[in-house]
Amino acid sequence: MTATTSRPSPEELAAVARRARWRIIETVTSSKAGHIGGPLSATDLLVALYFAELDIDPADPKKTDRDRFILSKGHSAIGLYSVLALRGYFPEEELATFDHGDSRLQGHPDMLLTPGVDASTGSLGQGLAFGAGIALGAKKLGRDFHTWVMVGDGEIEEGMVWETVLSAPRFGLDNLTLIIDLNGLQQYGWPAGPDDRFDRSEPVGHVDLERVFTGFGWNALSIDGHDFDAILGAFDRVTDDRGVSGRPTVIIANTRKGRGISFTEGTYKWHNGVATDEQLDLARTELLGTTEDAR
Amino acid sequence: MKAQRVVWGETLAELAASDDRVVVLDGDLATSTRSDLVATAVPDAFVQVGIAEQNMVGMAVGLSTLGYRPWLSTFGVFLTNRALDQIRMLVSQTRAPVRVAAAYSGLLNGSAGKTHQDIEDFAIMRAMPYMTVLAPADEFEAEAVFRWAAEFDGPLYVRVARDPVAPVFDESYAFEPGTPRLLTEGGDVTIVSTGVQTSRTAEAVRLLAERGVSATHVHLPTLKPLDVDAFLGLVGDASLVVTVEEHSRIGGLGGLVSEILAERGGPRLVRVGLEDRWSESAPNDFLLDKYGLSPERVADAVAQQLAAV
Repeated sequence: MTATTSRPSPEELAAVARRARWRIIETVTSSKAGHIGGPLSATDLLVALYFAELDIDPADPKKTDRDRFILSKGHSAIGLYSVLALRGYFPEEELATFDHGDSRLQGHPDMLLTPGVDASTGSLGQGLAFGAGIALGAKKLGRDFHTWVMVGDGEIEEGMVWETVLSAPRFGLDNLTLIIDLNGLQQYGWPAGPDDRFDRSEPVGHVDLERVFTGFGWNALSIDGHDFDAILGAFDRVTDDRGVSGRPTVIIANTRKGRGISFTEGTYKWHNGVATDEQLDLARTELLGTTEDAR
Repeated sequence: MKAQRVVWGETLAELAASDDRVVVLDGDLATSTRSDLVATAVPDAFVQVGIAEQNMVGMAVGLSTLGYRPWLSTFGVFLTNRALDQIRMLVSQTRAPVRVAAAYSGLLNGSAGKTHQDIEDFAIMRAMPYMTVLAPADEFEAEAVFRWAAEFDGPLYVRVARDPVAPVFDESYAFEPGTPRLLTEGGDVTIVSTGVQTSRTAEAVRLLAERGVSATHVHLPTLKPLDVDAFLGLVGDASLVVTVEEHSRIGGLGGLVSEILAERGGPRLVRVGLEDRWSESAPNDFLLDKYGLSPERVADAVAQQLAAV
């Protein structure tokens, strides 16, 4: 784990996140395929992980005792790729190949192709078990790295997630942390209210997740998933608990789908989509403060 | 005679004792699959995942990324069917060295009936890219296959039968992946079988000999990958080929041989296997007879086809 003293400041992380968000919408728009809302809700969490938390080395992506990160919500791949590029795993220019033929940057993460990707995902609900296996293996081998898994709130409708939620505490996996990107919207979901922008909300809004996870034997924290102080504070609590409680931890991160761009934030309609030239200009201005080419 | 599941438990316990990479994940059926032999002998190599097969596959792949060579142990049907997407996504697509050990394979499942019979596994696993598909005939071949599989660096599916069968081989058996095995040579018909159905088919070949029918009997312990040229060499100029398997006629050994012979312009083919229907719970002998897989019924089917030529 990176020592707290060497962490970038929240302001520095926010700047990285703005650039990552720009890469997300720019890449999806140029590739004319991919997801927008989920990657944008997860961006701050991903930036905090890759720039302030994970013990990793972009020059040695397979370093033996690196911390692992599994993006179980694999359709947010472009969010992960943007952060990996900014972190130095591959050139930012390579993002332009996203979803093209022969690209290392597949529509869903492929651990055999992309430097820095620890798990192939895309069929929802499978990443937590993968992470639990890594965490169990680390325990058995006596190795001291941490495994992080991110799921979406819609994703936890999948039954397999709960098989692992039930078993992970039994294995004492306090080296495993689940982050729920609780952005409140899924691709279409259920009707919930009169407001056109928020009218299909709350995939699991009827569930008290903290209580459910605590009941299953996990440590549970709820935070604002766009507040870097809160995110880093939660990561610190995970670190402090290593070898103490024997419990895995869930960080329930309250986020906003499409976060950071005015026309994508808060609407299920930007689960995926391609921006017009005018929308792209607006996003560039909002994120980078300029309409100049950001390359 | 020793059941393949017992051979599996004993062999894995032995392998685990000498190889730290071996880990066996159980779906709470250890006393049935006999992975309890591993749990008792080498507790550190045994992971109880519980009745959660999808989680079991995911955890196995996670373990494999740290150098482990995990074996999945539960009834075949709960792997090939219930955890199919997990095997597809996490094992096949990542080419992980995970061994899918399908205990209680095929039709004969201790009277558990159609819910627990896996008669589609060959069709499913054969279509899975990178998946090696194995079905040993008896206790000797099973042990050789398990020992070979322990060193194999990729995804692998192996059928493990619940009940003992008459041995086809002996202690001298040496497994060669992909290679068909010639068991008998004869001029009237070529019979191809796989898995423990080979033992019953060998008996059918003896019954046919008593009726004056001489058969070439070829056993395929590896359905994929298969040395097709070697297989065609054994088929030779046979005018009738009969496949026999404890599996649906659709997509399994019969499907495999159909594909090969159709591409090469082959002889007439008859597929003996389970009809496109569900079976039932009953003793083994009842099921084998009713569903056409007992030695007598196989011999009858072959004789009938020869008479029709």
